[in-house]
Amino acid sequence: MNEAPRIAVVVFPGSNDDRDAAWALGALGADPVLVWHAEPELPDVAAVVLPGGFSYGDYLRCGAIARFSPALGAVARFAAAGGPVLGICNGFQILCEAGLLPGVLRPNVSLSFICRDVPLTVENAATIFTARCEPEQRLTIPVKNGEGCWFADPALYAELEARGQIVLRYAEPVNGSIGDVAGIVDRAGNVMGLMPHPEHAVDPLLGSADGALILASLVDAARDRSAAVV
Amino acid sequence: MRATVLVRPKEGILDPQGQAVEEALRHLGFHIGQARVGRVVDLEVAATDPADARAEVERMCSQLLANPLIESYEIELEPA
Repeated sequence: MNEAPRIAVVVFPGSNDDRDAAWALGALGADPVLVWHAEPELPDVAAVVLPGGFSYGDYLRCGAIARFSPALGAVARFAAAGGPVLGICNGFQILCEAGLLPGVLRPNVSLSFICRDVPLTVENAATIFTARCEPEQRLTIPVKNGEGCWFADPALYAELEARGQIVLRYAEPVNGSIGDVAGIVDRAGNVMGLMPHPEHAVDPLLGSADGALILASLVDAARDRSAAVV
Repeated sequence: MRATVLVRPKEGILDPQGQAVEEALRHLGFHIGQARVGRVVDLEVAATDPADARAEVERMCSQLLANPLIESYEIELEPA
């Protein structure tokens, strides 16, 4: 069976990249389905994307309130069962606040909102999210956030590094992230978060199509999963 | 009871907001050391027993109001 795998894009109040993510996934061969955050269950999907935006106005701390959305409970169960989950920007912040990914995202050291293409290095090309990348490949993908500075204490950081959980690094200092970390995976390898926006880099017309490598890797993983389940 | 929760960036955690405030205050001519910026949450708690109220606010802090990786908190209670 080679049908387009269904991928949920969870929509929170304040999400603003949900449709961009859905469009990009569709362009890369998936069948995206938008899921409102109040849904207590996910539809039958093979992967989940938590999109960028400012869920709940980023009140308190970014992602801190969205993690209590009913849909997040369903996403946590999906992840625990091995389902691929990708959090982009605000989605990454939510996954950290929910404890599905280690560390936390803090205001950029410059305190400014950073919106530009950034160079990235693929540190781990053996994840399901980077399967289409080469080890140490240089990617160009835009960031657009005020709170993209990832933090973990030295012990946690060393542990993640030793286990290959650091997946993407900025190739130049961008926002003060510990170790210039731009993207990480969880220990099991099926939950990833990244601050850059791959969905905004899937067509050369927009300056770079490097984001397609990450999203198409996710679509591949979703396709494998639907084939395995059927 | 009334509860006041003071949430602060943990010691040693870089606080760019505090640094910006610090610089602005120096710019205004104030002679200051370090400035740190946290947040205050004022709460009305249904519990009337101080120990119960504190236990409840502790749970609020650990579940939502503070992120233990980067923030510490203090709870102050007073009768409503």
